[in-house]
Amino acid sequence: MNPEPAHVEFDGVSKSYDGVTEIVRDLNLAVREGEFLTLLGPSGSGKTTCLMMLAGFETPTSGTVLIGGRAVDDVPPRRRGIGVVFQNYALFPHMTVGRNLSFPLEVRNLRQADIRERVQRALRLVRLEGFEDRRPDALSGGQQQRVAIARALVFEPSLVLMDEPLGALDRRLREEMQYEIRRIHRTLGVTIVYVTHDQQEAMAMSDRVAVFNGGRIQQVAPPETLYEEPERVFVATFIGDNNLLHGRVLGVEQDICTVDTGNDVVSAFLVAPRKVGDAVTLTIRPERVALAPTPGTFSNEFEAPIEDIAFLGDHLRVRLAVCGSADFAIKIPNTVGHGAVLKGDHVRIGWTPTDCRALTPDEEIA
Amino acid sequence: MKGGIGRNLYLAFCVAVFIFLIAPILVVVPLSFNAEPYFTFTEGMLRLDPDAWSLRWYRSVAEDIEWRRALVNSIVIGVCATALATVLGTLAALGLANPAMYGRSLVMTLLISPMVTPVIVSAAGMFFFYSSLGLAQTHVGLILAHAALGTPFVVITVTATLAGFDRNLMRVAASLGAGPWRSFWRVQFPLIAPGVISGALFAFATSFDEVVTVLFMGGLEQRTIPRQMWAGIREQISPAILAVATLLIAFALFFMLTVEWLRRRSARAAEA
Repeated sequence: MNPEPAHVEFDGVSKSYDGVTEIVRDLNLAVREGEFLTLLGPSGSGKTTCLMMLAGFETPTSGTVLIGGRAVDDVPPRRRGIGVVFQNYALFPHMTVGRNLSFPLEVRNLRQADIRERVQRALRLVRLEGFEDRRPDALSGGQQQRVAIARALVFEPSLVLMDEPLGALDRRLREEMQYEIRRIHRTLGVTIVYVTHDQQEAMAMSDRVAVFNGGRIQQVAPPETLYEEPERVFVATFIGDNNLLHGRVLGVEQDICTVDTGNDVVSAFLVAPRKVGDAVTLTIRPERVALAPTPGTFSNEFEAPIEDIAFLGDHLRVRLAVCGSADFAIKIPNTVGHGAVLKGDHVRIGWTPTDCRALTPDEEIA
Repeated sequence: MKGGIGRNLYLAFCVAVFIFLIAPILVVVPLSFNAEPYFTFTEGMLRLDPDAWSLRWYRSVAEDIEWRRALVNSIVIGVCATALATVLGTLAALGLANPAMYGRSLVMTLLISPMVTPVIVSAAGMFFFYSSLGLAQTHVGLILAHAALGTPFVVITVTATLAGFDRNLMRVAASLGAGPWRSFWRVQFPLIAPGVISGALFAFATSFDEVVTVLFMGGLEQRTIPRQMWAGIREQISPAILAVATLLIAFALFFMLTVEWLRRRSARAAEA
């Protein structure tokens, strides 16, 4: 185990508003010092509730939240010293940018000269020098979010929480701000816990991502691991595209199992501890399926008719009916010209067992 | 040509409605400058003879000890009742804005009820209740009664402003280290101030116009302007009432303009 204590720790945390439905269920998660950790999940998966419990705006129904190794159950939000950035910016509309930034410093009774200096430094950090006398309503959305970020950092917290901070921005601005936030994170070395439902944003920014669904963490891992080695079907489909095949285990040989999908037998990499006869869900990324391979290249090779072809610019998306799936997608890079295959063609496809992961069906995981 | 007969009839009807509504109020204004002790236009006034017009009724109001006492009473009772109603109403609205509060709509209904209960009913009820407490015929009693009547207005206007208030602002203020007291005065109050002020104005106007409760609860020492007008009409038919009425109209006009100005200001703030 990691000997250095976690900066933030959720220890068996559950949250229910009505005593019946649990928004967050038995959550265990540790955030390392200086880490950029993203809570990723669909809306209603409990990720924002986790953030609010960490900030102190919500109280866990059971379990404990620890910051720096200390339980913070009895610490009100204003004593936690955590910077928080909301999706709607939540700038004080009746104060100038400068007053917004000096607010947390005045609360801490800093000297005026000190306050001015720190406000200037924070504005430089978010590249908004000279904006201190503007009112928030005179700023663009991206500028307002920069001010909100500067305000969450100006009192030098070691932990900053961001709740979908880029959700209200258009795509171009969002990518620019992703880069800015990463730059600030690298510059300051603060711990950032970030909430988003956008898997691309999570992949682009995070050291690690915790994937939420139904109030539970499905998997916590660096972005590459989540993509390449998903441990749950939900993760496999939520992060990037994936094909799902359903079947039963016919045989197991070390890491590789053979699976009966109804009319075809597929060999796959056995991730879950499944035995012969158990149900499994197989996942294969569309870009890992080869079209028309030299016969005998793969242990998984099938012939199937092309149901549909969609031209998506940099690649073609070909839909086939194979191995019991009517909606099996493969991606062909747009390098060979897209006249190569046509709808209705019978084509041969193949993939290696290691790209095909056999997982426990989600229904069997309570 | 736009319109036609239908449209002209419609416009004429609208004008007639306006005249019907406004004329009884407006006619008071010129009459209050009558040089004679009549409630009608004299021939001289109609001829615009300067001698037929005068400020004598304004002078008599200004010099009359009873009217002056009534003005002082109205202001003292109005200001105190408004202060009380504003503080209580704002606090109530803040509490009622919390979605976690239990039985919100019931409490809201109770708080609003003085607005819909016939004043004569609450006035009579308050009279018996306050009498047993020894508060009838005291300034304090009247202030409390008027505060009860004015609070619903504050609750409603502040609740309306709070609907547009972003609760995340209070969370942010807390995360930045501010305690509840500082968060309220530095963040929440400046933003809901238009609602608080217009509620206060309504509460003041309620107290300032109110006659029924004063009839029940007030003695000679607690006569307010409306109560004095009532006495003036019944006991000594004097156009001094018209002078007071004109002053009240001017006050009401100023009051409505202020409320409208505040409403626009907060609407602009909400857009931003």
